[in-house]
Amino acid sequence: MNLLIKNGRAIDPQTKLDGRRDVLIEGGKIAAVEPAIDKADVETLDAAGLIVAPGFVDIHVHLREPGIEHAETIESGSKAAAAGGFTAVCCMPNTIPVNDSAQVTSFIVERARRYAPVHVHPIGAVTKGSKGEQLADIGAMRNEGAAAISDDGIPVMNSGIMRRAMKYAASFGMTVIDHCEDLNLSSGGDIHEGVQCARLGLRGISASSEEVMVARDIILAAETGAHVHVAHISTKNSIAMVRQAKKLGLPVTAEVTPHHFTITDEHIRGYDSNYKMKPPLRTPEDIEAALEGLVDGTIDCIATDHAPHTGNTKMQEFERCPFGITGLETALGLALEKLYHGGLVDLTHLVRLFTTDAADCLGLRRGRLFAGGPADLTLFSTEREWTYDVNATLSKSKNSPFHGCRFRGGPAATIVNGRVVWSAPDSA
Amino acid sequence: MAITLPANVTATPANTRNLLGAEDLSRAEIEWLLERGRFYKPQRNEPPKKLDTLRGRSIVNLFFEPSTRTRTSFEIAAKRLGADTIGIQTQGSSLSKGESLVDTLNTLAAMSPDAIVMRHAASGAPHFLSRYLSTPMINAGDGRHEHPTQALLDAFTILEVKDTLEGLRVAIIGDISHSRVARSNVHLLAKFGAAIVLCGPATMVSGNMAGIAPGVTLTYDMNEAVADADVIMMLRVQLERQNVEIFPKSEYFQFYGLTLEHLKPAKPDAIVLHPGPINRGRELSNEVADSQRSMILNQVENGVAIRMAVLEWVCGG
Repeated sequence: MNLLIKNGRAIDPQTKLDGRRDVLIEGGKIAAVEPAIDKADVETLDAAGLIVAPGFVDIHVHLREPGIEHAETIESGSKAAAAGGFTAVCCMPNTIPVNDSAQVTSFIVERARRYAPVHVHPIGAVTKGSKGEQLADIGAMRNEGAAAISDDGIPVMNSGIMRRAMKYAASFGMTVIDHCEDLNLSSGGDIHEGVQCARLGLRGISASSEEVMVARDIILAAETGAHVHVAHISTKNSIAMVRQAKKLGLPVTAEVTPHHFTITDEHIRGYDSNYKMKPPLRTPEDIEAALEGLVDGTIDCIATDHAPHTGNTKMQEFERCPFGITGLETALGLALEKLYHGGLVDLTHLVRLFTTDAADCLGLRRGRLFAGGPADLTLFSTEREWTYDVNATLSKSKNSPFHGCRFRGGPAATIVNGRVVWSAPDSA
Repeated sequence: MAITLPANVTATPANTRNLLGAEDLSRAEIEWLLERGRFYKPQRNEPPKKLDTLRGRSIVNLFFEPSTRTRTSFEIAAKRLGADTIGIQTQGSSLSKGESLVDTLNTLAAMSPDAIVMRHAASGAPHFLSRYLSTPMINAGDGRHEHPTQALLDAFTILEVKDTLEGLRVAIIGDISHSRVARSNVHLLAKFGAAIVLCGPATMVSGNMAGIAPGVTLTYDMNEAVADADVIMMLRVQLERQNVEIFPKSEYFQFYGLTLEHLKPAKPDAIVLHPGPINRGRELSNEVADSQRSMILNQVENGVAIRMAVLEWVCGG
């Protein structure tokens, strides 16, 4: 499969490339990146006015397969990923059964190979059944392709077990991703414990429920030498602690979701469960801290925590609704709006948050654009105006608070192994 | 750069009038409801008015939580206005068969009632439903959120003995965090410039409550709360909404129970309110409950009048 992408502005954070380049793809690899490539006998894609970036990597998604296929499948979720400009996703293990064994990991890898338009890296569980008791088959899952381990959503409460898991994972060079939430502190909570929570008469999830676990994990990372990655960081104090850990040279990284740096608990209106997720939407102060963290490098990358739930489960009393929102298709639009158009970062920095640094959090060999490298590319516009229509989503679920949102800039085409797997409807 | 969210969650079709919370009511609307309540309240020695304002209309009383006084009060109010009422309790509905709240309400709405009065254990349940229903909805208490008709009848009761709400010092004492009565009263009283003091142990009084409306202060000290108070509003300890222990039951009365002794630093004409049902010996002493200061029975009586006003308002008279 050969393809020539002409006239685009190529950006590669790794090599600090930023300029007019043509990109030639041959045999699923990038054959050449040159100021001008002229070749007659090859399919050409005109990328004039577009950014040509390394393929975006989302290290935190829920694809719901196996077991919860009515909400999402590996196929539907990865199609939504492609529509969001992602060429690779890492899927969390809270499926049914939990991905805590080589069998489940290889099932996901195999299904993805057959049905997914983008690369799918499973994340294995830390403990069997994510019950927080016995260690899962971490090494065996690694051998089948697991990119990291996490008990996302059902975090390991027992610090002794977490410490052992970290030590063990470190011996395989695997990152431990932690959904930092002290379940005793957050118990029964619905939204961030603040004025909005008091006003709505909902139960609070305190900032401390995240922060005590971030503190614990940093201390354990220091002690075990394991690489700890803080998932969906959401509070000012958590971010300050990660900043300090990095200053001390500790192996700690962090991600933030687009919704955590764009909207706050004040946006929760009408008891709409599309605003219900964990961690909860926090305060304007926390958003400021997240933006600062994205700018100064405390926060390594943007990850969506794409968490599909069917309409039925989200159409209930707020407190009964499950946590989580979809996010693959709106991530770039939100990041462009807030970070790039907001004047906080340049395009290289923005691309880095979706590519190089995201991949590096888990040690994935992705997120680079260079001759000889894999032909995974994300083409996007910084200017095209569009409106997000959740009814047109490629995900099987529609639980997004951003339906109807106007965006300036977004994905234009997604290329995986040299093949265009998605392109924006109006640019096709 | 601000992310502008679309207004996809604004409540209700525009022409539907709901009473979801005191927070959403304007001062003028509250004044209108209080005025109509006074009209409906029977004069001394007069039998209650029996009207045909809502003749031919049907009102569904949908109670997902046990209730005696609110349910009965709405029923009497509807009947005095000539409406037909249908009472549905959770045990009698298909909810116990696993039907979702949305399906239950859709089924009811298909029967075209003129209003639905709903009580539900989940905060926001009527707000959530009103986004999908065109039937007017009256919130008769949603979880820990609001109980607007209680706040209206409390204001009504206060105004029977005070000239104005403005400048009154109102102490609300007890389990504030779990109380929908407290939230509705805070919103209503704040709109009229009352000074509201919330009091209880810190596990029952979230500091964030001071941020929900202007003029609200917090104290953990009962004596401070009642000092110079014009109105003392005691709340029921809501054991059923407390998943975890938030106070040692054995010593609650000692620190937050209202006794005659407490009334001394209050204003000489201070009144005591309680939304009921009262737990004598837990929230207030027998002597207070039965004293001249207590307006608890007036509250019950006024509840019917104010709910007549509310029904008239949502049904458009």
